Amino acid sequence: MVEITNLYKKFGKNEVLNGINLSIQAGGIFAVLGPNGSGKTTIIKTILGMVIPEKGSIKVFDTDVKNNSAYRHKIDYLPQIANFPSNLKVSELIKMIKDLRGHTNADLNLIEKFKLQPFLNKKLGTLSGGTKQKVNIVLTFMFNSPIIILDEPTTGLDPISLIRLKDLIDAEKAKGKTIIITSHIMSFVEEVADEIVFILEGKIYFKGSIAELKAKTNQQDFEHAIANILTENHA
Amino acid sequence: MRSSWSYVYFAFYLLLGIVLLFLNNDLSKAVITLMNVIIVLVPLIGTIFGVMYYYNSKEFTELLLAQPLKRSSIFLGQYLGVAISLSMSLILGLGLPFIAYGLFKSNAIWDFSLLLIVGVFLTFIFSALAFNIALSNENKIKGFGYAILMWLFLAIIYDGLFLMSLILFEDYPLDKVSLIGTMLNPIDLSRTLILLKLDISALLGYTGAVFKRFFGTNFGLIVSFVMLIIWVIFPVLRITYKSKRKDF
Repeated sequence: MVEITNLYKKFGKNEVLNGINLSIQAGGIFAVLGPNGSGKTTIIKTILGMVIPEKGSIKVFDTDVKNNSAYRHKIDYLPQIANFPSNLKVSELIKMIKDLRGHTNADLNLIEKFKLQPFLNKKLGTLSGGTKQKVNIVLTFMFNSPIIILDEPTTGLDPISLIRLKDLIDAEKAKGKTIIITSHIMSFVEEVADEIVFILEGKIYFKGSIAELKAKTNQQDFEHAIANILTENHA
Repeated sequence: MRSSWSYVYFAFYLLLGIVLLFLNNDLSKAVITLMNVIIVLVPLIGTIFGVMYYYNSKEFTELLLAQPLKRSSIFLGQYLGVAISLSMSLILGLGLPFIAYGLFKSNAIWDFSLLLIVGVFLTFIFSALAFNIALSNENKIKGFGYAILMWLFLAIIYDGLFLMSLILFEDYPLDKVSLIGTMLNPIDLSRTLILLKLDISALLGYTGAVFKRFFGTNFGLIVSFVMLIIWVIFPVLRITYKSKRKDF
């Protein structure tokens, strides 16, 4: 589904990605973990074509992402920081995205679920961080694309919305979607992820299931297992 | 944001047109006075609006980049939005008072149309240049600074340098040099174009006289137009090129 081959990217002198090789198969939840600055968001952005790598190739459903935009019809993306134009109202933004990507009615259900009705006529600039994140979630999940990419999806969410998000992710997984998540929150990752990849300084240090990680590092606890990798590699 | 400033711009030109015609009652004289204002002001407005719009919509652009849209469509769309909106404000803002004063019944209509055409060209050229500078500079303050410097250079400093070199090298045959010099600045091109058409020999100056001698009035007009078109095409091509390679 997503094939990343020999990916290199540097920003100025900062070598963020140093030869990433990754293959993400269809169906299931795939978590990308790593400390700050390890390259998680950069990998996501190269898949989406927002960042252009120096070397290496990325294929989504066997089409090269270079100079191509049509493949993004198959990807739903939740960005880490919701950059919305502050003068637009929530309803106007939703309509605009529908004009770009095709009609859907799924937003009504999502608005209901996340209790966004009172905010539909408010300008995006006046919303709190958590509310913006909920709008972000509605925009991401309202289309039915086979690949869903969530970059730090838990940011700013209250506990109820967090539960609803997890339900949403489970529901999409049941439909056979491929979900790629980046997160710092170990408990969240442990609950949802099928497979994880751990990135440190632009290289992959581990790829496999959480059970395999625990076995490999001889830890009972996911957080300790991760800490083990970090200390082993002087992070 | 863009919409409200367009209205201010439109109102400004409306006011300018009305005041000029009120003071001047002669349509042709008003056109000439207007020319001097437009040649300097339109590039400035195009530059400022171009840079400001790009930086203000940066966040929204990032939202669009994750959608199934071509990068060139996104950026060219923004550029054309600014350029067309400014051009409409110019055409309507000046057109309305002039029409009200009986433009259609006067001979000045062709000169006036030329003025508007040149104004539109300058709008497209300078917003394209502004977008280019903004695309290449992440730092908003630097980008804005460079853009203003660019306008200052082309609108004012260039002519000063040109004049100085003409004086310094006055013993040498400078005809070809001054021709090329004029082509390299869209503002000078526009000025030459209008003066050629208005055929005011006294105002032509050295550059215009050379143009007229080399090309004759009509051919000179065509050459100037072609150069202005080239001045639009190259920056727009660079916008497409740069937008494809940029990281967001």
